Amino acid sequence: MIELREVRYAWPHAASDCLAIDTLSVGAARTLFLHGPSGAGKSTLLGLLAGVLLPRAGSVSLLGTRWSDLSGSRRDAFRADHVGYIFQQFNLLPYLSVLDNVLLPCRFSALRRQRASEDAGSPEARAKQLLQSVGLSALLWARPAAQLSVGQQQRVAAARALIGRPEVLIADEPTSALDADLRDSFLALLLDACRSSGSALVFVSHDERLAAHFDERLSLTAVNHASASASAHACGEDAVA
Amino acid sequence: MSALLTLAWRSAWNRRATLSLVLLSVALSTFLLLGFEQVRTDVRENFSQSVSGTDLVVGARTGSVQLMLYSVFRVGGATNNIRMSSVEAIAQHRAVAWVVPLSLGDSHRGYPVLGTRAEYFKRFLYGEREPLALAEGQAFADGIDGLYGVVLGAEVAQALSYHLGDRLVLSHGGGGLPGAEHADKPFTVVGILQRTGTPVDRTVHISLESMEAIHLEWVGGAPMPGMRIEPDQARKFDLAPKQVTAALVGLKSRAAVFNVQRFVADYEGEALMAVLPGVALDELWDVVGVGEKALMGMSAMVALVSLAGLVAVVMAGLNERRRELAVLRAVGAGPRQVLLLLAGEGLLITLAGAVLGALVTALFIALAAPWVQMEYGIALKLGAPSVSQWTLLAGVVIAGGVASLIPGWRAYRMSLADGLSPRV
Repeated sequence: MIELREVRYAWPHAASDCLAIDTLSVGAARTLFLHGPSGAGKSTLLGLLAGVLLPRAGSVSLLGTRWSDLSGSRRDAFRADHVGYIFQQFNLLPYLSVLDNVLLPCRFSALRRQRASEDAGSPEARAKQLLQSVGLSALLWARPAAQLSVGQQQRVAAARALIGRPEVLIADEPTSALDADLRDSFLALLLDACRSSGSALVFVSHDERLAAHFDERLSLTAVNHASASASAHACGEDAVA
Repeated sequence: MSALLTLAWRSAWNRRATLSLVLLSVALSTFLLLGFEQVRTDVRENFSQSVSGTDLVVGARTGSVQLMLYSVFRVGGATNNIRMSSVEAIAQHRAVAWVVPLSLGDSHRGYPVLGTRAEYFKRFLYGEREPLALAEGQAFADGIDGLYGVVLGAEVAQALSYHLGDRLVLSHGGGGLPGAEHADKPFTVVGILQRTGTPVDRTVHISLESMEAIHLEWVGGAPMPGMRIEPDQARKFDLAPKQVTAALVGLKSRAAVFNVQRFVADYEGEALMAVLPGVALDELWDVVGVGEKALMGMSAMVALVSLAGLVAVVMAGLNERRRELAVLRAVGAGPRQVLLLLAGEGLLITLAGAVLGALVTALFIALAAPWVQMEYGIALKLGAPSVSQWTLLAGVVIAGGVASLIPGWRAYRMSLADGLSPRV
C-alpha cells in the first residue's frame, strides 16, 4: 500500500538531510501509529507520503505508483483520489456548511464522488451517513463549520477524510487539540471508520498512550537515521523560514 | 471549474465586509468611465442636432468655431457685425434659396435675445430636419405689426413661468448693469415654442424691427441722455435694420455650397466668412477632444487605482488564508487550482463592480437627465450601453482579471512552498 525505499529528504537551502529512512511500509487496511518528538520530521514524512513533497533520493510509492513518476497536477489528482488527510486543527473551510466541507473531496475527485455514490446512492447521502456515524447531529449539518466546537470540527474532518473510501488516511496529530474524553472517543471512532471502509491509517502523535489501539507502532527517531542533531535542526519548525 | 467558482464565491462572501468596499470602488470607477463616455457622446449628439437644414452660416470674419458658437449655440459674442446690405447681396446669389439674418447681443434675465425675421421659424431646422413648432400663440410678424412681440423658447417660458400676454423687459447686453434696460419699451409674449432640446429653448426671439426700435436712442452702448422715444413714436422711424450679427443661408442645391462659400469670402463690401455647420463642429470637436482625452485618462487612472486597491486587499488577506489553502491542497486542489481560486475571486469582484457601476450609471442618467436638460439643455439618453461603453466595461473586467493574477500567482507560490503544513 505505502512503500518507502532509501528515502532522503532535505528542505530547500538546508545543509543536511532532515529525513533518511531506508524502508517503511504499510499494508492495505493496516493502522500505523507513528510517534516522535517535535522536530523529528513528522510533518515532512507526511508531506512525502501525501505526495506534496518529493524526496531528494529514493522513492515513495502509494498503491504501487511512485509519486515522483507523476507530474505535479497528476500528483494532485492522485492524492485527491486516494488520500484522506486530517490536520491537527482548523481542518474546515469556515465559510462552507458542515455538509459542504464533508463533500469537498468529491468536488476534486470523480473517483471518490463515484465511490460515495456507490456507498449510499449519492455523495450527499454518503456524507450524511458518515456525519451520523461520527456522531454529529443532523441539526448541525447546515451550520457554517466555524460555529462548531473543536471536537465537532475534528469529527467532521474525519468524515471528510473518509468519504469516497480513499485507500490511505493520514492523520497529523488529530487529537492534540482535544481533551482526554474527546480524544479517546475520537480515536475509537476513527479506527472504527477506517476498518469499515478498508482504509489504511497513518496516525501521527507524540502521545504514546494511544499506540496500543493500532496494528503497528513506529518511532520516527528510530527509523529516521539522519543524524539526530542535524535532523532536529533541519526539520524544526523554523527550518524553512 | 464551476466547483472552484462556487468556492471562490463562498470564500469571498465570507469576507464580504472588506471586499464590498473594494467592489464599491470598482463600481465607482466604472461609473466614472461609463458616465463620462455617456455625457461626452450625448453632448456631441446634442450639438450636432442643434442645427440642420442650414447649409452655411455667414458672419464677420473670425474663427469658424467662434462663429458657430455665437450664432447657433449663443455662446460668447461677435466681435463685429455685418451690414444688412451684404446679407441682401448674398440673398441675391442665384444658388441661394433663403437667408435669415440673426441679430444678437441683448438678453432677458440671462437668456439671450435673438432678433430675426418671422421666416426663421419656418427655415430653422434641428435634429432630423425637424422644424420649430409653436406650443402656444403664434410667431411675431415682420415690420411694424410685430413690434414688441416676443416668442419664447420652451425653457425660458417654463423657468420664468411666462404665459401668453405676459409683459417683459429686455436688458441691453448681457444684463445685470443698472440703467442698461430697455424698460421704456416692454414686450408682450405672443408665442411659446415647443421644446427642442437645442439652444432655441433658451432663446428669446423678437423681430429685427423690434431690435432696432429698442435701440433707437442708444449710441455706443448707452442711452443718449435727454432723449426719449415713446414705444408708439418708434413706429414712425425707419426700423429697417442696418446691421446684423450673422445670417443662416439655405441653398437651392448643396452642390453649390463651396461656390457660395467662396462668393462670401471674396465679397468686396466687407470682410465676411461662411462656414459649413458640420465642418465647424468637427473643428470644435478637435479642440474639445484634447480635454476629453485628459478627462478620460483621469477616469482610467481612477479605475487603475481601484484595481490596485483590489489587488492590495486580496494580497493582504492571503496570509490569513494560508490555512484555507492548505486544506484545499489536502482535499486534492492543485497549486494551479489555488491560483484560479484567487484570480477567480478578483475577477468576480471586478465583474460585480462593473455590473454595479453600469447600473449606477443608468440610475444616475435616469435621475439626472431632467435636471441636466433644464440646466444645460443637453438631453442625456438612457439606453443599452453603446459599443464604446461595452469596450470600457470589458476593459475594466479584463484589467481586473489580469490584476487578480498577481494574488493568484502569490497564492500559487505559497501553496507550493507550504504544501500541507502552512507556516502561519
